[in-house]
Amino acid sequence: MQTVVLVKQVVDTEAEKRLLPGEWRLDRASVENILNPYDEYAVEAAVQLKEELGGEVTVLSMGPQEAEEAIRKALAMGADRGVLVSDPVLQGSDALATARVLAQVLRGLGFDLVLCGSMSTDAQTGLVPAALGELLDLPVLGAVNRLEVHGGSLKAARQTDEGAIVYECPLPAVVAVAKGINEPRYPSLRGIMGAKKKPLDTKTAADLALELGAVGLGGARTRVHAATSVPPRAAGKTVTEYESPQEGARLLADFLHENKLV
Amino acid sequence: MARICEDLLFPLNRPADEEGCHWKGGAVATPAGFTGAYATFTEAGWTALTADPEFGGAGLPKLLGFAMEEMVSAANLSFSTYPLLTAGAVNALARHGSPELRARFLPNMVQGVWSGTMCLTEPQCGTDLGLITTRAAPRDGGSYRIDGTKIFVTSGEHDLTENIIHLVLARLPGAPTGTHGISLFLVPKFLVGDEGAPAERNGVVCSSIEKKMGIQGSSTCVLNFEGAVGYLVGEPNRGVRCMFTMMNDARLGVGMQGLGLAQVAYHNAREYARIRLQGRALRGPAFPEQPADPLIVHPDVRRMLLRTKCMVEGMRALAYWVGYHLDLSEHHPDPAARQEGADLVALMTPIVKAFFTDQGFEAANLCVQIHGGHGYIRETGVEQYVRDSRIAQIWEGTNGVQALDLVGRKLPMHNGRLLRRFFHPVAEFLDAHADDPHLGELVALEAKAFGRLQQATATIAERSLRDPEEAGAVATDYLRLFALTAVGFMWLRMAEKARDRLVEAGALPGKIRGGGSSAGVPAATAIADPAPAIVSERNVAFYQAKLTTARFFFTKVLPETSGLLATIMTGAAPVMALDAADF
Ligand SMILES: Cc1cc2nc3c(=O)[nH]c(=O)nc-3n(C[C@H](O)[C@H](O)[C@H](O)COP(=O)(O)OP(=O)(O)OC[C@H]3O[C@@H](n4cnc5c(N)ncnc54)[C@H](O)[C@@H]3O)c2cc1C
Ligand SMILES: Cc1cc2nc3c(=O)[nH]c(=O)nc-3n(C[C@H](O)[C@H](O)[C@H](O)COP(=O)(O)OP(=O)(O)OC[C@H]3O[C@@H](n4cnc5c(N)ncnc54)[C@H](O)[C@@H]3O)c2cc1C
Repeated sequence: MQTVVLVKQVVDTEAEKRLLPGEWRLDRASVENILNPYDEYAVEAAVQLKEELGGEVTVLSMGPQEAEEAIRKALAMGADRGVLVSDPVLQGSDALATARVLAQVLRGLGFDLVLCGSMSTDAQTGLVPAALGELLDLPVLGAVNRLEVHGGSLKAARQTDEGAIVYECPLPAVVAVAKGINEPRYPSLRGIMGAKKKPLDTKTAADLALELGAVGLGGARTRVHAATSVPPRAAGKTVTEYESPQEGARLLADFLHENKLV
Repeated sequence: MARICEDLLFPLNRPADEEGCHWKGGAVATPAGFTGAYATFTEAGWTALTADPEFGGAGLPKLLGFAMEEMVSAANLSFSTYPLLTAGAVNALARHGSPELRARFLPNMVQGVWSGTMCLTEPQCGTDLGLITTRAAPRDGGSYRIDGTKIFVTSGEHDLTENIIHLVLARLPGAPTGTHGISLFLVPKFLVGDEGAPAERNGVVCSSIEKKMGIQGSSTCVLNFEGAVGYLVGEPNRGVRCMFTMMNDARLGVGMQGLGLAQVAYHNAREYARIRLQGRALRGPAFPEQPADPLIVHPDVRRMLLRTKCMVEGMRALAYWVGYHLDLSEHHPDPAARQEGADLVALMTPIVKAFFTDQGFEAANLCVQIHGGHGYIRETGVEQYVRDSRIAQIWEGTNGVQALDLVGRKLPMHNGRLLRRFFHPVAEFLDAHADDPHLGELVALEAKAFGRLQQATATIAERSLRDPEEAGAVATDYLRLFALTAVGFMWLRMAEKARDRLVEAGALPGKIRGGGSSAGVPAATAIADPAPAIVSERNVAFYQAKLTTARFFFTKVLPETSGLLATIMTGAAPVMALDAADF
C-alpha cells in the first residue's frame, strides 16, 4: 500500500494573524506555523493503513522552505518520507495552481491512494482534492469519516444528518478525510527523534518541469480583491425579565432552539 | 510534549483536585482520566527522555528533562509526581543496583510500564533518617525480609502501572545506630518471575491514603511491609548514600515543580490582569470608552506581575544552566570538566530546590491576590496553585534543611572548591562588563549583590568555626541571598544576549564585542553561540521586553540582598536568645 498524504503548513489557528499591507496575503513571518490540523487526520489515517496493510507513507507539501517542519511533524507521527516542493515562482498559487503542482509530483511518485484533510484552516477552500482528481483522472471522495481498503478497492463512509453513505471505488483514488475519522496520535519521542533522519526531498519548479504560466500567481485563476475583518461579535442576549423560573427557562430554551444550538 | 500537556494533562488538573485519589474495590484509584493520560504519556516515550539507552532510554540531555518537568508540573503537578518518582528510582538503581537487578527492573521502569517510589519517612522519622526502624533480615537465596511501616509514600499505590517498585530504607540486624546503619532495598509490589512478568503479590500493602492540603491527584500512602521480599541495592549500611543519588536528582526535579507552578500562576495572573476591568489608571483613564481600566494599568498589579515574571525567567535560565552542567558532569570527555560540572550542580541543588519552590508558592499567592476575591473562590482555579505548590517546600528535604545543606555541607566542602565554581565566573563576568555602555548600570547592581554574598560567606565561614549555630541561624537568609545573586547573574547574561540581538537588528546603537558574548565564562560553561538568528520584528519586541524585565529585577528585587546581609551579620544571638519556655 503506497499512500501519499498531502499536507500544508498553516499559521497557528489560535494565533492573531496579520495581512501583508496591500497584498491581502497573510504575513507568515508574524506568527507561528503548524501542520494544518485537518491534515493530521489524513496522516493518522495513512499511518493506520500502513500499520494494517504494510507499505509506505509519503508526505507531500508545497510551500516555503519552513514547511519542512510540517512534514517533519507528519514523519514524527509515522510517515516514512517527505517531498517538499518549494520555489519562489510558486508563490501566490491558488487552489488550482497548487493542484497542478501536486499532480505533477504525484505523476512521478507512483501511489495507490492520495489522502488529504478536508481543507486548510487558512484559506478554507477545500478545492485541492477535487482539482487533483480532475487533473489525474482519479475518483475523488470527500468528507470521509470511515475508510477501509480491501485489495484493489476502497470502501469509505460519509456521515450526513440523515445517516451514513457508503461508497466503494477502485484504487488509486483521492480521499479527503473528515475531522473525526480518527484521533491523531501524539508524536512519540522516538518518532520525533526518528523524523530527523527520514528522507526528505526538496524539489523546485525546474525539477518538475512545470509550465510556469500555469502555476504561481500567474497561473492562479482567482484573485483576492479585498479582505475584511470579522465584525466583532454582537453582544449576547441576557434573559432578565420573566415571571417565573419556568418561563425564564423556556426563554433560554427558545433561544437555544432558534439558534440551532441544541 | 506541549500538546500532551495542553490537551491532556492541564484539563485534568482541576477535576483531579476535586476528585482526589480514593479507594475502589480495595485498590487505590487515581482520578478519572489519569490512567489514559499516563498511558499516552508513557507510550509516547516521555518517561524515557533522559534515561540511559542501555535500558531503553532516549539518552537525551538532562537539560531537556528539566524543560519537560517544568511543563508537566505547570500543567498538572499531581500527575507529574508519578513519572518524577520513577525517574529518581531509575537513577538510583542505575547507579547502585547490581547488574541483575538493573536488567530485571530498569527497562520496564524506564518505559513507565512500572513505576517507582522512595520510602524513607516513618511516623517517628522525617528529616532525621537515623531514626528509621524498618527492619531487613537476610533470607535464603540472597534476598531479604522487610518489616515495618512507611508513611507519606508518594505513588505508593495506584492504578497507573502493572507493578510498583519501592526503594526502601531499612536496618539490617546489628547495624550501627544512626544514618550509618541504614541500607537500601528494592521491594516490588509484585515479585517478578523468571520471565520478567509480575507474578506473586509481595508482602507490602497500602493501609491508608493520606488526606492532604493539595496535589489531590497524587496518591500519598501508608505502606505496611510484612515479610516482604526485598533485594539489597548497593552495599549494606550505605543506603542513605544510595538514596541521596535519588534525592539529588529529585531535588532538582522538585525545583522544577516550583518553577512550573510559578509559570502557570504567572500565566493566569497576566491573562486576568488584562481582562478584568477595575479602577482607573492613576494618570487618568487608559480606556475611557470602557467602564473601567484593566487591572494591568495599576502600578501595584504590575509590581506583582513583574516580580513573578522576572523570577520565572531568571529561574528558568538558572535551571538550564545547572542542567547543562549536570550533562557536562556525566558526559564531558575531560574528567576535570566533569568534576567542575558536578561541583556546580552540587552547590546549586539546594538553591534550586528551596528557592524555586519558595518562589512557586509566592507566585501562586500573588496570582490569587491579583485575582482578588475571585482568586480565593475556587471557581477560577488559582487557589489550587497555592495548595499544590506548598508541598514542594516540604518534600525531598524541607527548605530549611536545604539551607543547612548549603551552609553546612556545600560551603566547606573541599575547602570552598564548590563555591569557586560559581564565584569565579561571576567575578570574571562582572569585570569584563563593568564599562559596558548598555549593561553597566545593571552590572554595578549585581556587583553590589555579589559583594554582599562574598561578605556573608566569609562571615559565616569564620563564625561557624566557633559556633555551628551561627551558620544554622542564618542559613535560610543566606540561601536566599545566594539565589538572588545567582538569578542576577543569569539576568545579566540574558540581558547581554538581548542587547546583542537588538544591536544586530539596529534597534539599539552600538556594536557587539568581538569573540562572542560569553566573555568571562570558563570554557566548560560557554555554550557555543548559534549563528545569529534573523531578528524579526517579533523578536525585537521580545528582546526589548527582556531588557525591561532585567531592569525591574536589578532595581526592584535584587536590592533585597542588602536587607538579607544585614540580618546575616547580626548572627545567631537574636535567634537563640529566647528561652524555649518563653515562646
Ligand atoms: C504529600 C507528601 C508526600 C511525601 N512523599 C514522600 C515520599 O514519597 N517518600 C518519603 O519517604 N517521604 C515522603 N514525604 C515525607 C517528606 O519528605 C517529609 O514530610 C519531610 O522530609 C519532612 O519530614 P517530617 O514531615 O517528619 O518533618 P520534621 O522532620 O518533623 O520537620 C518539621 C520541621 O522541622 C524542621 N527540622 C527538622 N529537623 C531539623 C534540623 N535538624 N534542623 C533544622 N530544622 C529541622 C524541618 O525543616 C521542618 O520545618 C512526603 C510528605 C508529604 C506531605
Ligand atoms: C470569602 C469572601 C467573602 C466576602 N464577603 C463580602 C461581603 O460580605 N460583602 C461584600 O460586599 N463583599 C465581600 N467579598 C468581596 C471582597 O470584598 C472583594 O473580593 C474585594 O474587595 C476585592 O474585590 P474583587 O474581588 O472584585 O477584586 P478586584 O477589585 O478585581 O481586584 C483584583 C486585584 O487588583 C487590585 N486592584 C484593583 N483595583 C486597583 C487599583 N485601583 N489600584 C491598584 N490595585 C488595584 C487589587 O488589589 C487586587 O489585587 C468577599 C469576598 C470573599 C472572597
